[in-house]
Amino acid sequence: MTATELSPYLALILVGFLPNEIWRALGLRLARGLIEDSEIVVWSRAVATAILAGVIAKLILVPGGALVTIPLFVRVAAAVCGFAAFVCIRRSVFAGVLVGEAVLLFGGFLFAG
Amino acid sequence: MAAPVTFPSSGAAFFGGVKSALTSVFFLVIMGTYTGIGALAHDFGLSPWWLALSSILVWAAPAQVILISALGAGAALFEVAIAVCLSAIRLFPMVVALLPLLRGPGTRLSDLVLPTHFTAVSVWVESLRLLPAMPHERRIPFCNGISVGLLGTAVTFGFFGFYLAAGLPPLLAGTLLFLTPMSFLISTARNAQMLVDRVALLLGLILGPVLASFDIGLDLMWTGVVGGTVAYALHRLREAAA
Repeated sequence: MTATELSPYLALILVGFLPNEIWRALGLRLARGLIEDSEIVVWSRAVATAILAGVIAKLILVPGGALVTIPLFVRVAAAVCGFAAFVCIRRSVFAGVLVGEAVLLFGGFLFAG
Repeated sequence: MAAPVTFPSSGAAFFGGVKSALTSVFFLVIMGTYTGIGALAHDFGLSPWWLALSSILVWAAPAQVILISALGAGAALFEVAIAVCLSAIRLFPMVVALLPLLRGPGTRLSDLVLPTHFTAVSVWVESLRLLPAMPHERRIPFCNGISVGLLGTAVTFGFFGFYLAAGLPPLLAGTLLFLTPMSFLISTARNAQMLVDRVALLLGLILGPVLASFDIGLDLMWTGVVGGTVAYALHRLREAAA
C-alpha cells in the first residue's frame, strides 16, 4: 500500500507520529533507572549521534524538494564552509549557519542547475 | 556559569521560557527551516493544516522532511515508517538525558509527559544550557515555555512558507531547506564534547551516504549501530589505556 491510497491524516499518525514518538516514550519509560554517565547511555548517545549524522549527510547529499536544483558540490562546499566558520568564530552556531547559508545562496546563484 | 535565575511563579517561568525561545538562535533557525518545510509541503501537494498537525505531533524537522517527501512521492508506507523511525532514534537518549534535569522531589510522571513529547534537538540544546541555573520547581514550566515558543514559531512559519511557496524561487526555497542539515550539523558538533560523540558524528557523516549508496536497506540503522559501536569501542579502549 502507498501513502496516496490512505488518508494523509491517517498516514501522518501511522507512519509519522507513532514511529517517531515511540523513542520519546521509551526514553520516558527507561529514564527512571538510568544515570547520564552509565555505559548504556554513552553507547546509545553514540548510536544516536551517528544516526543523526547519517540523516544530516543524506539531507545534504541526496536532498528532497528545491534543494536538488542546487549542485552537489555547492551543497558540500556550503556545509564545509559553515562548519569551518563555526570552528573559527568562537564556536558560534549562528555564525556557522549564516556562513553556510551565504555560501549556498551565492554558489547556487552562480551555478544553478 | 550563568547566575541563578529565579521566577516568582510557575506562570512567570513558563513565559520566561517562551521569551528565551524567541530570543535564541533557534528561533531564526526554526523560522527559516519551517518556511522551507511549508514550501516543501506545498510542492508535494499536502494541506497547510496537515503540516501544522504534523509539526505538533511529530515535532522533528528531519522526520517531517522525510515524511513529506516520501508521502508526496507515493513511497510504500512501511518504508516511510522505517525511515521516520530510524531518524528518530536520537530522541531516545535526549529524553533520557533531559528528564533527570527536570525531575524534582515532588514531580509526578504525568508532569514529564509534555516535556518528553516536546523533546527535539532545539529544545534539548536550550534546556541543557539554561535549566541548571534555576531551581527545580521552575524547570518544567520553563522547559514547556521554550517548547511552546519554538513549536509556535514552527507552526506559524509552516503556514507562511506554504503560502509563500508559489512565489518562492527554487534557489531561495533550497536555501531554507538547507537550514535543517546545516544547523543540525553545527549544534550536534557543539554538543559533542566527549571524544566518543565526535567520532560517532564523523563516522555517521561518512557511513550514512556510503551505506545508502549500496542500497542495502535500513542503512540509517546500520550507520548508527556500526558508527556508534565503533566510536564507543574506541572510547573504551582509550579509557582502558589511560
